[in-house]
Amino acid sequence: MSVGFVMLCHNDLTRAAQVARHWAENDCPVVIHVDRRTKRKNYDQMVQALAGLTNVRFARRYVCEWGTWGLVAATQDAATIMLRDFGQVRHVFLASGACAPLRPVDELRAYLDARPQTNFIESVTTADVGWTVGGLDIERFTLRFPFSWRKQRYAFDFYVGLQRRIGFRRRIPAGIVPHLGSQWWCLTRQTLTAILQNPDRPAIDAYFRRVWIPDESYFQTMVRQVSGNVESRSLTLAKFDFQGKPHVFYDDHLSLLRKSDCFVARKIWSQADKLYDTFLSGDPAPDLGGEPNAAKIDRLFAKAVERRTKGRSGLYMQSRHPNHDWENGVTAAPYSVFAGFADVFDNWEKWLVKSTGARVHGHLYAPDRVHFAQGETSFMGGLSDSAASRDYRPLDFLTNLLWNTRGERQCFQFGPADNQAITYFLARDPNAQISMVTGGWALRLFKSNLDFADIRREAARLQKIETDFAYVLRLPWVKARVRVWSLAEFVENPIEPLQAIVDEISPRAMRRLTEAPILTDLTGFGQFLQALRNQGMQPTLVGDFPVSENGGFGAQQRARPYLVQ
Amino acid sequence: MRLATRYMLRLARRRWLVRAFRKRRELRPVVDQTAAIGRSAILLLSTVRNERIRLPYFLKYYRDLGVNHFLIVDNGSTDGTREYLAAQPDVSLWHSDASYKRARFGMDWINWLLLRYGHNHWCLTVDPDEFFVYPFCDTRPLRALTDWLDASSIKSFSAMLLDMYPKGPFDLIPYREGQDPIAHAPYFDSGNYVIERNPRFGNLWIQGGPRARMFFADLPERAPALNKIPLVKWQRPYAYVSSTHMLLPRGLNLVYDEWGGEKASGCLLHAKFIHTLVDKAEEEMDRRQHYANSHEYRAYRAGIATQPDLWTKWSERYINWRQLEILGLMSKGNWA
Repeated sequence: MSVGFVMLCHNDLTRAAQVARHWAENDCPVVIHVDRRTKRKNYDQMVQALAGLTNVRFARRYVCEWGTWGLVAATQDAATIMLRDFGQVRHVFLASGACAPLRPVDELRAYLDARPQTNFIESVTTADVGWTVGGLDIERFTLRFPFSWRKQRYAFDFYVGLQRRIGFRRRIPAGIVPHLGSQWWCLTRQTLTAILQNPDRPAIDAYFRRVWIPDESYFQTMVRQVSGNVESRSLTLAKFDFQGKPHVFYDDHLSLLRKSDCFVARKIWSQADKLYDTFLSGDPAPDLGGEPNAAKIDRLFAKAVERRTKGRSGLYMQSRHPNHDWENGVTAAPYSVFAGFADVFDNWEKWLVKSTGARVHGHLYAPDRVHFAQGETSFMGGLSDSAASRDYRPLDFLTNLLWNTRGERQCFQFGPADNQAITYFLARDPNAQISMVTGGWALRLFKSNLDFADIRREAARLQKIETDFAYVLRLPWVKARVRVWSLAEFVENPIEPLQAIVDEISPRAMRRLTEAPILTDLTGFGQFLQALRNQGMQPTLVGDFPVSENGGFGAQQRARPYLVQ
Repeated sequence: MRLATRYMLRLARRRWLVRAFRKRRELRPVVDQTAAIGRSAILLLSTVRNERIRLPYFLKYYRDLGVNHFLIVDNGSTDGTREYLAAQPDVSLWHSDASYKRARFGMDWINWLLLRYGHNHWCLTVDPDEFFVYPFCDTRPLRALTDWLDASSIKSFSAMLLDMYPKGPFDLIPYREGQDPIAHAPYFDSGNYVIERNPRFGNLWIQGGPRARMFFADLPERAPALNKIPLVKWQRPYAYVSSTHMLLPRGLNLVYDEWGGEKASGCLLHAKFIHTLVDKAEEEMDRRQHYANSHEYRAYRAGIATQPDLWTKWSERYINWRQLEILGLMSKGNWA
C-alpha cells in the first residue's frame, strides 16, 4: 500500500520536477498538472526531465486562474489518473509545485499505514471559519462571481455589492452543507472514488463551477458527504499572512521546518537551495516520530502578522507613521510628569531617584536647553540637549526619548516656563502620569532676585500659561492619569500624595516611604503673595495661603516633615 | 485629493520626464553592456564622481547581494574611476562633464537611465557611499526580497539613510581601498530622528542623526533629509522628484503604514564620514554643485575645521540588521 502525489504546478517547474523525482524515486506515484498558461517550452523541459520515471504521469492541462474552477477540474482529472493507473495507491496527497517534503517518505507512509481509513482534510463549516480574508464565507456559495477578482476588482466588488442589495441568492443543492478549508489535503482511495464517481457529479460540478474559490470548498464539502472518518486538518504546513497570501519559506527557516514535524511544507522559495538540498537529499531528518504539529511555527508567523497590523507601540519610523488616534499607544512606556514639585521640595529630583529608582530628568522642555538627568549634554539614542533641535519637533523629542529608554521609567519636570507644545499630547497619552502642584512657579519667583515689577509681570505670564495647561488636563477626552493640587493644598499634607505617586511608579516595591523630601522654606511666602495681590496680580492657582509671618506652615515642618506611619 | 492637485502633480511628473529626456544628450556612453540585461535582472543605478577608492567594495557588496547589472554615470572623475568601472564585466558606464547641479544633482540622468532601461525591473538607486540593508539580508539575497515584494504587490521599498561614523575625528584613520567602510566607521545614532509628513507628495520627511546633531543643532530645519525610497519596481511613467527621497506618482511614496502597523523597510548605511570627505568638502566649496547652495558642505567645512568627533557615549555600534530592527530604525513588517 502506498501514497501517491498529485502536484499542481504553474511556475518554477525545475523545482517541481526535482520534488516529483524525489517522490517518484521513493516509490510514490506522481501525477503532475501544469497550468495551461505556463509556457510550452518549460512544460516540455519538465516532461523531458522526468522522462525516465515509470510512475510519473502528466494530466490534461487546464487554465488555473486563482479562485476559479480550473484548479478543481485539474485536481479531479489528475486524481482520476492516479486511481486508474496506480492500483496500489491508498492515500492521494494533493501538493503544489512549491511544496517540499519535510520528512522522509517512509515516515509519511508509516504514518498513513497506521491510519488507513483516515482522510486528512481541513473542513470547517462556513460559520466557524475565521480566516476568510475579505469577509466572503457563506456568500461564496450563494452569490455569483462572473468577474475576476484579480483583474476586474472593481466589477467584482460592485457586482457582489449589487447582489447583496438586491438580496440575490443561489440555491445550494439539496444535501450539500458548505465547508471550507485549506486546499491541500490527503484523501483515501475510498473517499476519492466516492467523490469522483458520484452519479450526481455533473450537477454538483455545475454548481461548484460558479462558487468562488472552489478549490477551498469542493473537496472540503464533498468529503463530508461520503466519509465519516475525517480529520479536519492538513498534513501540509502552510501559513498565511494578513492578506491571505501564503508565507514563503527560506533557507533560514531550516531548523524551524525540521522542528515542525509536518510532512510537507508550502511554499518554499524556488531559490532556497539549502532547503531543497536538505529535504530532497534523503538526509534523514531527526526522527521525531511525533504528530504533525505546526504550532511551533505559528508563533513566528502570528508575530509577523501582528507586527504588520498593530506594530510596536510608541514607535514612529520610516514605515510606521500612524494617523492621529491610530497609534495603538502614542508612546512606548509609562512615564511621569511633575509640575511644581521641584519648586516645592528642595531635593525633589534626588529624592525621587532614591525612592523609585527611575530616571529623573529636570525640565526637558526648558527654554535654555534640555535638562537631562545628571546634567548630561546628550542622551540615549543620541538626543541632543539643544533647545532649538527639541523645539523643532517637540513631540518627536518626547516619543524618541521614551522609545529609546524602553524598560526604564522616565520622569521629568514640567512647568509654565517650558515649551508648552506638548500639553495636548501629554493629555491624550494614557502612558502619561501627570502630577501637578499649581502655583509652584510662585515659589521660584519668590526666591528669585528680580525686581518686583519683573516678578509681577512674570507671575502673570506664568499663571496664564499654567491655567491653560490645567484647562487642557480637565478636558473630557483626557487619557492621562492626572493629579492636581493647589500649592496651599499640597504643602498642608504632602506625604499622602507622594506615597500614591511613588506606588504608581514602582508598584511592586510597595514600600512605605521612610524619608520625605525636604519642603522648601516658606517663610515670608504669604507676604510675598500678598504683595503680588497688592500690585493688582491675583495668584489664584496658588490656593488660599495665609498671610502670617512664617508663611502659615511653620519652620518645624521644614526641619522634619511629618510621616504617616 | 482635489482634481486640480492631481493634475498639477501629473504635469510635474511629465516635466521631470521631459527634462530627463532632454538631459540624455549630456550622457556619453563609455561602456554599454545593457544588451546583457536579462528579463528579470535587478539593476543598480548610481552617479559617481571621484569615488575610485570606494568602488571595489561597493561593487562587491552589491554583487554579493545579487544585483545583476550596474548602470553608472561618471560625472567628470579625475581619479581613475572611469577606467576602473569601464573594465568591469557587469557595468554599463556613461560619462558626463555637464553640471551636476543643473542635472538636478544627477537625478535627471538617473531618471533617463531608468526610463530607458529600468522598465519592469527592480531598480536600486544608491550613491557609492550607501549600503543597502534589508530584513534577512544576511541569509536571503536581494532576489528573495524582490520576489516577496512582487508577491505582495508592493512597488516601492523604503530604506532610511543611516549616517555611520567612526570614533574620533573621521580623518584620523584613512579608509583603505577594498575595506568594509561600515567596519571602518561602525557607529550610528539610534533614536534622534524626527518625522514629518509631506502633504504634497505624501512621503515622510525624516531628519536627524549625527549630522543634524553636530552641524545643524541651531538650524534643525536645514538638516539633510534621510528618507529614501531606493528600491522600486520601475515603470516608464515613474520619476524621481528629488534625489531618491520621493517619487511620482505619489502612491510610490506610501511606504509607511498609517493605521498603526509596520510595513517592511530597510536602511541605507551611509559611510559618508571617511577621510575623503575633507577634500570633498573643500572641492565642493569651489564647485558649488551641491544641494541647497552646498549649505551642507559649508557646514561640514566649518565643522571639520574644529576636528569634530561625532561619537558620543550613546552611539550604537553596528552589528547587523536585527539590531536595527530592534532599535526601530527598520522593520520586517509582514515578512517572516
